[in-house]
Amino acid sequence: MLGFLIRRIIQSVIVMLAVALIAFMMFRFMGDPVNSMVPEHATEQERAEVRERLGLDQPLFVQYGRFIARAATGDFGLSWRNARPVSTLLAERFPATAELVLVAAVLSLVVGIPLGIYTALRPHSFNAQTLQFLSLVGISLPTFVTGILLILVFSVWLGWLPSFGRGEVIDIGWWSTGFLTASGLKALILPSIMLCLFQLTLLMRLVRAEMMEVLRTDYIKFAKARGLSDRAINFRHALRNTLIPVITIFGLQLGGLIAFAIITETVFQWPGMGALFIQAVNFGDVPVMAAYLVLVSFIFVVINTSVDLLYASIDPRLRVDDAGPAGGGH
Amino acid sequence: MTLLQVENLTVEFPSRRGTLTAIEDVCLTVAPGEILGMVGESGAGKSMTGAAIIGLIEPPGRIARGEIRLEGERIDNLDREAMRRVRGRRIGAIFQDPLTSLNPVLTVGEQLIETIQTHLKLSRSAARERAIDWLRRVGIPAPEKRVDTYPHQYSGGMRQRVVIALALCAEPRLIIADEPTTALDVSVQAQIIALLRKLCKETGASVILVTHDMGVIAETADRVAVMYAGRVIEVGTVADVLRAPRHPYTAGLMASIPRIGEKPDILPQIDGSMPRLNARPDGCAFNPRCPKRMDICTRLRPELTPDAHGDVACHLFSKEPAT
Amino acid sequence: MSTSTLSRVWDSDLAWSFRHSKTALISSVLLVVLFGAAIFAPQLATQNPFNIAELELWNSELPPFWVEGGSRDFLLGTDVQARDVYSSILYGLRLSLIVGFASVILAAVIGISLGLLGGFVGGTVDAVIMRFADVLLSFPAILVALLVNGIARGILPPSQHQDAAIYVLILAIGLTNWVQYARTVRGSTMVERGKEYVQAARINGISGPGIMFSHIMPNVMGPVLVIATINLGMAVLTEATLSFLGVGMPATQPSLGTLIRIGNEYLFSGIWWVVIFPSIVLVVLVLSVNLLGDWLRDALNPKLR
Repeated sequence: MLGFLIRRIIQSVIVMLAVALIAFMMFRFMGDPVNSMVPEHATEQERAEVRERLGLDQPLFVQYGRFIARAATGDFGLSWRNARPVSTLLAERFPATAELVLVAAVLSLVVGIPLGIYTALRPHSFNAQTLQFLSLVGISLPTFVTGILLILVFSVWLGWLPSFGRGEVIDIGWWSTGFLTASGLKALILPSIMLCLFQLTLLMRLVRAEMMEVLRTDYIKFAKARGLSDRAINFRHALRNTLIPVITIFGLQLGGLIAFAIITETVFQWPGMGALFIQAVNFGDVPVMAAYLVLVSFIFVVINTSVDLLYASIDPRLRVDDAGPAGGGH
Repeated sequence: MTLLQVENLTVEFPSRRGTLTAIEDVCLTVAPGEILGMVGESGAGKSMTGAAIIGLIEPPGRIARGEIRLEGERIDNLDREAMRRVRGRRIGAIFQDPLTSLNPVLTVGEQLIETIQTHLKLSRSAARERAIDWLRRVGIPAPEKRVDTYPHQYSGGMRQRVVIALALCAEPRLIIADEPTTALDVSVQAQIIALLRKLCKETGASVILVTHDMGVIAETADRVAVMYAGRVIEVGTVADVLRAPRHPYTAGLMASIPRIGEKPDILPQIDGSMPRLNARPDGCAFNPRCPKRMDICTRLRPELTPDAHGDVACHLFSKEPAT
Repeated sequence: MSTSTLSRVWDSDLAWSFRHSKTALISSVLLVVLFGAAIFAPQLATQNPFNIAELELWNSELPPFWVEGGSRDFLLGTDVQARDVYSSILYGLRLSLIVGFASVILAAVIGISLGLLGGFVGGTVDAVIMRFADVLLSFPAILVALLVNGIARGILPPSQHQDAAIYVLILAIGLTNWVQYARTVRGSTMVERGKEYVQAARINGISGPGIMFSHIMPNVMGPVLVIATINLGMAVLTEATLSFLGVGMPATQPSLGTLIRIGNEYLFSGIWWVVIFPSIVLVVLVLSVNLLGDWLRDALNPKLR
């Protein structure tokens, strides 16, 4: 277990170093960083001074090292677009994205898993076939189209729900939350539905496929042959084995939710990190792009590593702490 | 009184290209405490017969006709819930591969306890006692400790012992053991068979032992049923069938087993192969391969007919003279 | 093609399964219609929406012809700049499909080459390629595509952004989707590498990779075709998303995604037709490709069904 943990962490560090390298290259080679630091008509000498002060005259790997050291403390410099510290910009917008992703993740789990189980247990029923077809439509439906349809129906035609922004938020320390006001909660409904829909259908299809696979296994056949009740077979035996791999995929999906939040935030003008990132891509604002990339990768890596560890602790076959096969067969 | 009586059991699978008949007019009886061996090539319908008896034919397969009676009561037409109560309690089953028969994420104890509590009104602690007791009976060392471990912590032979405990723990009257040792090491096979035999003697349970290993049949079974192309073609005591097989197929099967002490240059074998389900010839299914084929064999299906040495389905032994 | 070849194709398992699959039939009919519409867009369009001379502002914001106030000259209505929605969709579809196909081809070329390289050379080269593929795969495609897009925009001077947009998109999407091809081809290459004929060819001085290529291709054609089909749906979707986000095709050369973005801006003025019709076409396109891909995967791998 310890060896696995260490191996996994080393892997994560390598991934982070690679991501940091990409971010660094963006900084170093996209546009001249000196341009953003000096007045427009600076002399060559002034420019050289700035270059020296920024350490741009030193070997690349030294610069890379310094970049990592600064990135580790959250220092990504100033945004080229509005000259504010990138870390402040991201911190302001982090809570909006985090709350949206959290609600969408919970929704997709709470709805997706039961639907997956249902369609796996009654694969030939009319409802299951309909759901299966709808899920294919759900996967093919571009998320922004879903969002536009939601706005068209619930905001423009029915006028029930807001179509943009977070509503009223309450600040708790540096965190601003929309969970505590009625308008904040109302504003969450459409964006979180839009964000979760794709993941939900994916989760449903995954649970269905996985569970149908498990239901075909020998141990389910043997459980039936022992006369166990349908309930015990479906929920005690099949579901447990189904959910173990599903956990892994859901971890990856959380990453997907963060990425897809970019689209949701654009459609609903949600003041999160994704909207910030899109602006940065549009304006070629390298510090914001680089910082977003590093932050999101860090979140991914943390999620993936924890999921792997969780997996290893849930699946008894991978639990290495208890001595392994004991006693021979005689 | 017979424990199990199967009459004209026929299982069909509707498919895109017509209906396939997996087993046809199978007739069997099993007496209390008896071990009935069932032999035949793969695809002959041995396992399908077993699955039909415990009511676990995979859809779209279904019993098209025939009756299955357990202790005089029909069980082939029971509803789902009633049949579920028969499985495990009155008929137990053991499958081929002990590595895949146990749920990997539940401890051996959890699987035993739930099976016991499904069929017997016992408290959890009493069920646990019984689970430990069964582990001891199947020869698991230190059962008090092993009861809380997972299947992957057992070796293959040990797992098959656990499977046997699971099949027997509610003391069913009949065990269907479908190739219970095929997946195991040769050294372990004999132990498992001996264990199964011993436990069934103790509990008085009957066994249908499905296998293609004639050696196992010879050592273990009381009677043997030979299946070919979905039908039972010969039934008799092990002594009769093994020493004096009458159906040409059984004879061929016996001749193809090497015997210790004899050194034939070539091991005799039956030419050709068993017909596929959708290509059974008219008359006797064995006729294209039969060395003693007669005219009638291609026209009329021989029925299983009893005589002094057991039952055989072959025109060679028909009462009426063959025409 | 001789008649015997034709009848062989007709009798093959794949064709049999095709004739008996309603989804395969319906989706391929839809795709033929959509591809045809894209190819013959200039002929089918009633207006060239990029030619400002053809636009007349008093025709702006007309609803579809069956709605009151609509005109038969503009079947699906017009947008705020008086562009005919029907004609815009035809041209947009054309652009979406061009980007889609080009990026699928790019991804396939990259993936197949890297897969062959990794599988044949093995060792460090293989390990580096596959590690890189793993990392790439653990990031959502849209994020990778956005990043490539952002980097390209950062490198190019702003004056060229519009003209280069289509190439940037193809590059971004192509670079995102090559991993599956690489994995499939690599697996097959590694199997073939161990076979005797490769060793024999090597001893005889024939180029290993050359002879392998001709043996590997038949094995991987099926899976590569399935991946490519499913990838086409993904690529069209990614292009639409990027364009919708405003970092894809510019408004002067709108793809379906750009059209939806433009329409979205006027959603609250009640001119729903500008956003709905391109959306429907996009959804039908992606759904048909996905259904066909699903069917193809099942038909080529009966085991997986």
